[in-house]
Amino acid sequence: MFYYLRRIFLLVITVALVSVITFAVFQILPGDPVRTMLGTEADETQIENLRNELGLNRPLYQQYFDWIGGLFTGDLGNSIRFSMPVSDLLMERLPVTLSVASMALVIVVLVALPLGIFVARRQNKVSDVVLSSVTQLGMAIPSFWLGMILILYIGMNVDFFRINGYIPWSESIKGALSTLVLPALTIAIPQIAVKFRYVRTAILEQMELDYVRTIRSKGLPEKLIVYKHILKNALIPILTIFGLITAEVVAGTIIVEQVFALPGVGQLLITSISYRDFPLVQGIVMYITITVVLINFIVDMLYSVIDPRIRLR
Amino acid sequence: MLKRKYVLSFILIMVLLTISACSGGSESESGENGTSSESGDGTVATSGGSSNGAQEITVRINDDPDFLDPHHATASISFQMILNMFEGLFIPQTDGSLTEGLAESYEVSEDGLTYTFNIRQGVRFHNGEELTMDDVVYTFERLMGLNGGEKLSNNFDNVESIEAADDTTFVMTLKEPNSNFLYSLTALQSAIVPKSNDGKHNESPIGTGPFAFVNYAPGVNLELKKHEEYWEDGLPYLDKVTFAFQSDDQAAVMNLLADEVDLTGVPGHRVPEVEGTYNVTHQNNNSSLIITFNEEKEPFNDVKVRQAISYAINKQDVIDSVFFGYATPTGSNMSPAMGDYYLDGLQDVYKRDVEKAKELLTEAGYPDGFKTKITVSSHNDIYSSIAQIAVENLKEIGIDVEIEVVEWGIWLERVYFGRDYEMTAIDLTGRPSAYEVLNDYVSTNDAENFFLFKNEEFDQVMADVLRETDREKQIEYYHRAQEILNEQAAAVYIADYQILWGSKQNITGLKSYPFWFHDMKEVKFE
Amino acid sequence: MQKYKKNINLLLGAGILLLFFGMMVVSYFYTPYDVNSMDIPNKLQEPSKTHIFGTDEFGRDIFSRILKGSQTAFIVGLLTVAIGAFFGVLIGGIAGYAGGLLDEVFMRIMDALMAFPGIILALMLVAVFGPGIINTSIALGIIAIPSIARVTRSGFVQQKESEYVTAAKLIGVKPYKIMFKHILPNISSQIIVALSIAFAIAMLAEAALSYLGLGVQPPDPSWGRMLKDAQSFLISSPWYTYAPGGAITLLVLGLYLLSNAIRDIMDPRSK
Repeated sequence: MFYYLRRIFLLVITVALVSVITFAVFQILPGDPVRTMLGTEADETQIENLRNELGLNRPLYQQYFDWIGGLFTGDLGNSIRFSMPVSDLLMERLPVTLSVASMALVIVVLVALPLGIFVARRQNKVSDVVLSSVTQLGMAIPSFWLGMILILYIGMNVDFFRINGYIPWSESIKGALSTLVLPALTIAIPQIAVKFRYVRTAILEQMELDYVRTIRSKGLPEKLIVYKHILKNALIPILTIFGLITAEVVAGTIIVEQVFALPGVGQLLITSISYRDFPLVQGIVMYITITVVLINFIVDMLYSVIDPRIRLR
Repeated sequence: MLKRKYVLSFILIMVLLTISACSGGSESESGENGTSSESGDGTVATSGGSSNGAQEITVRINDDPDFLDPHHATASISFQMILNMFEGLFIPQTDGSLTEGLAESYEVSEDGLTYTFNIRQGVRFHNGEELTMDDVVYTFERLMGLNGGEKLSNNFDNVESIEAADDTTFVMTLKEPNSNFLYSLTALQSAIVPKSNDGKHNESPIGTGPFAFVNYAPGVNLELKKHEEYWEDGLPYLDKVTFAFQSDDQAAVMNLLADEVDLTGVPGHRVPEVEGTYNVTHQNNNSSLIITFNEEKEPFNDVKVRQAISYAINKQDVIDSVFFGYATPTGSNMSPAMGDYYLDGLQDVYKRDVEKAKELLTEAGYPDGFKTKITVSSHNDIYSSIAQIAVENLKEIGIDVEIEVVEWGIWLERVYFGRDYEMTAIDLTGRPSAYEVLNDYVSTNDAENFFLFKNEEFDQVMADVLRETDREKQIEYYHRAQEILNEQAAAVYIADYQILWGSKQNITGLKSYPFWFHDMKEVKFE
Repeated sequence: MQKYKKNINLLLGAGILLLFFGMMVVSYFYTPYDVNSMDIPNKLQEPSKTHIFGTDEFGRDIFSRILKGSQTAFIVGLLTVAIGAFFGVLIGGIAGYAGGLLDEVFMRIMDALMAFPGIILALMLVAVFGPGIINTSIALGIIAIPSIARVTRSGFVQQKESEYVTAAKLIGVKPYKIMFKHILPNISSQIIVALSIAFAIAMLAEAALSYLGLGVQPPDPSWGRMLKDAQSFLISSPWYTYAPGGAITLLVLGLYLLSNAIRDIMDPRSK
C-alpha cells in the first residue's frame, strides 16, 4: 500500500514540477501575447484595453496562482489567442492527436513484438544481420523527412491516401484512415526499429536462463517454449519499453502534425508558444505530461502485479 | 497465473484504443450539442459545393481571425473574412474609391467640419431586426468610448460630436477638417453593429453584410451563411461560405488539387501544377514590401547611405527568387493597385548600380562600408529570404550585414513598437485610402512610423492634403509625397507582391481589392 | 559471426564519422562554390555534373552547403554533448554518490524534465534564448542532461559499494576525488555510449527545431534548415530533400553504430 501511495505522490510532484518549469520559462520569455495577436495595425489604446480585459496586467505569479486555483475546479482558463476555454480547444484537437498516437502505438506493438520474437528465434542468421541494419537506418531518419518521403512515394501515388488535413471518424471511417495511416506510420517506423531490438534482447536473455535449458532438455517443442514460457518472463522488460514509447509517440505527433498539416494538439502547441498564450501552453503541456506520466504509472503498476518483488525495491 | 499476464498486456493495449475511441465519440457528441466546436465540418476536408451544384464555397485562409467583433479586430487577416458580415456607412471599392453603403447619401459643410448622413432604410441585420438610428449612434459611441465602455479606436479622436438629427439623419462634427475622414467610415474601422447584440459581438457577431455568422472553430474554420434579407436585391449568390484555416501554403495547394477547397493562394513556384485545371488570377496586393532602417541611428540617418543601399539591392532577384516573378516593382509605399493616386516611374529610379552605390557610400563617409544587423520575423520565410539576398548584395559594397531572425511577437515588440533595430524587412499592409497608404508608417504624426523617417516637406504635404477637397489637387499632393519618399530613400522599396489565387474554373465574381478582403458577395458557381 | 558483426558496426560507424569529420575539415578551406553566393537565374537546378546535388531556391550549390553544414552539425552536436555531459555527470554523480534526499530531489527534477517531451522544452527554451547555433545548442544541451545524469547515477550507485571505493574511503581520500578520479573512469564506457547517443539525438532535434522554423538561422547552412526549405519544393523538386535528409540520416546512423560497437566491446556480458 505504501508503495502505491509513494508512487502516486511522486506522480503528482512530477506534474507539479513540469507546471512550474513551464511557468518559469514563461517568466523570462520575451514577446507579448496581445501585441503578437493584434499585429501591426493595433494602436496603444487597443493593446492596453485588451491587456486589461484579459487580466494580463496582473503580476505573472498572480496569474499563475489563479490558474492553479482554477485547476482545482476543473477550469483550465481561457486561451488568449482564441478567446475561448482551453478545455474546449483541447477537446477539439485531442481526437486527432490521440488517433494518430494510438494508431502508431498499435502499429509498433503489432510489428515489433512478432518481429522481435522472429529474430530472436533465428539468432545469428542472415535475417538478423539484415534486420538490425535496417533497424539502425530506421532510427537514424529524421521523422519529418520520413514523412516527406512517405508523402512523395506513397501519398502521391496511392489514391487511398490523403496527404494532409484530417477527416473525423464520425464523418467517415475510411476518410479518417486515409488521413491518419501515413502520419501514424511516420511515427511508428523509427519506434519499431528501436523496440523490436529490445524485444529480441529480452527474449534472448531469457533463452539463456537455466529454466529454459531444463524445459528444453525435457524435449518440449521450441515453439511452445518461446510462446509459453519465454514470452511470459520477458514481459516485464518489454512492457517497460512500451511504456517508454508513449512519451516518444506523443512527442512525435508534434512534428508529424506539421508535416501532414493535421489539426492536432501539437499544431496548437506550436501556435500557442508563438502567440505566448500562457494558459493554452500550460494546458497542453499539462495534458501531455499527465498522459505520459500516467501511462508510465500504469506500466509500473502492471509490473508490480506481474512481479510482486518489484514493490520491495 | 500465465493467463493473467496475457490479459494484462491485452488490457494495456485496449485501454489505449479506448482512449482514442472515446475521444472520437465525445467529439461527435459535442457537435450535436451545438457547442463551440461543430464536428461534421471540423476540417478543411469538407468538399467545395461545386460538384453537387450547390452554391457553397470553401476558401482557404492562412490563419485564425484575432476577433470576430469588428471593433476589436485589428489583424488584416480577420477583415479578409469578416468584411463579408459587416458594412459601414461607406463601402470601399476595388480601385480604392468609396461608395455609399449604409449611408444612402451624405453632405459635407463648406468648412469641411460637419458631415450629414442619410441612413439607408429597410436594411436588416442578420437577426432580422431593422437597422435604426439607435444602432448607428450605438456603434460610434461604442468605438469612441462614450457609452461607459473603454474607447476602442483612435480613429475618431478628431470627432467633436455625433448626433441623431432625426430618425434617418446622422450628423458628425469634426474638430479639424480632414479630407480622408470618410475612409474611417467603412466596415474596416466602423462596422455598424446592432445595439441589441451588446456584449455578444465577439461570440455571435451580427451585422448587415451579405453573409451571416454560423460557427467559428478555432484553428479549423469559420462558417458563414447567406443573409436572406440582404438589402441589395438578388445578392449574394452563395448559400454558404466556409473559411478553412490552413497555415501551410504547400498543403493548401494540395487541398485545392484534392477538391477540398475551392479557392486558395498559390505560391509562385507551384503555379504550373495548378494552371490549366484551375483559374489562376494575379492580384496586386497593395502591400509594399520593403527593407527599411532605423533612421535615427547612424549611419541610416544619412540619406546617401539609404540611397546607396537602395542602389545595391537587387530588387529583381528578390522578385524572381522569392516571388517567382509574381510581383510588381514599386518606388514608394504606393502600388499600382491604387489607380491614379499612384505615380508611375519611381520604381526605376534605384535600378541596381553597384558603382553608384559605392560612390554614394564614399560621399557619405563610409568608403569601406560598415557593419550592421538586419532583424526579421520568422513567421513567414519571405523575410529571411529577402534578408539573405540583401546580405549578399550589400557585401558587394562593403556593408557587412548579420541576419537576426526572431519570432513575430519579438519582432513586434523590439522592432515595430520598440524601434530598437538597425535594418529590417517587412511588408506594409495595403489600405483602401491613399492617404493612409502614404501617411501610415512614415509620417512623423503617425504612431506607426517605425522607420523614424523625418521630413518636413513630407509632413507638410500630408497635412495640406487633408485640407484639400478637390480630388485632382489631392492627387498632386499624393504624387509629390511619393516623390519625396523615393528621393529620400525612406526605405528600399522592392515590390508589391502579388497574391496568386487558384480557384475552380466555374467560380465567377471574384474581386480584388487594394487591401485584404475575400469579397464573396458576387461570387457564384456557374 | 558476432565478432565479425561487431567489427562491422565499429568500422561502419567510425568510417561514417570520419567521412563527415573530413568533410567538416575540408569545408573550412574549400567548397566547390561559395556557400552563400547566389545565382538566381539558375535556381532549383536538378543534380548535374556542375552541381552534383543541384541548386537551391537562390541558385546556391547544395553540395557546398551540405559540406559547410557539417560544421554546424558538429558544433551543435559537440556543444550539446559538452553541456549535457558537464551537468549530467555532475548531477548524476552527486545524486548517485550522496544518495538520500539529495538523490531524491535531483532525480525527481530529472524525471520531470524527462516527462516533458524534449521537443516542447526545446521549443520553449529556444523561444527564451532566441534562435541561432549557440542558443540551439544550449537548449538541446539542457535536454540532454537528464538521460546522461541517469546513466551516471546508476553507475555511481553500483560502484560506490565496491571494494576499491570502500578502501579509498578508509584511507581518507576526499569524496570529490573518489567520485571523479576513481569511480568516473570505471563507468566511462557507459557514459561514452550515452554521450554518443546524445550526439545523435541532438542532430535529430536540431533538424526538428530547424524544421519548425526555430533552431539554426540563415545564412548559416544547417541540414535541418535545408530540409525545411526543401519541403516547399517537395513536389516540384523532390531531389532537393535527398541531400540534407541523407546527410542527417547518415551521420546519426554512424553515431548509433559506433555507440553499439562501443557498448559491445566494453561490456563483455552482451558478447
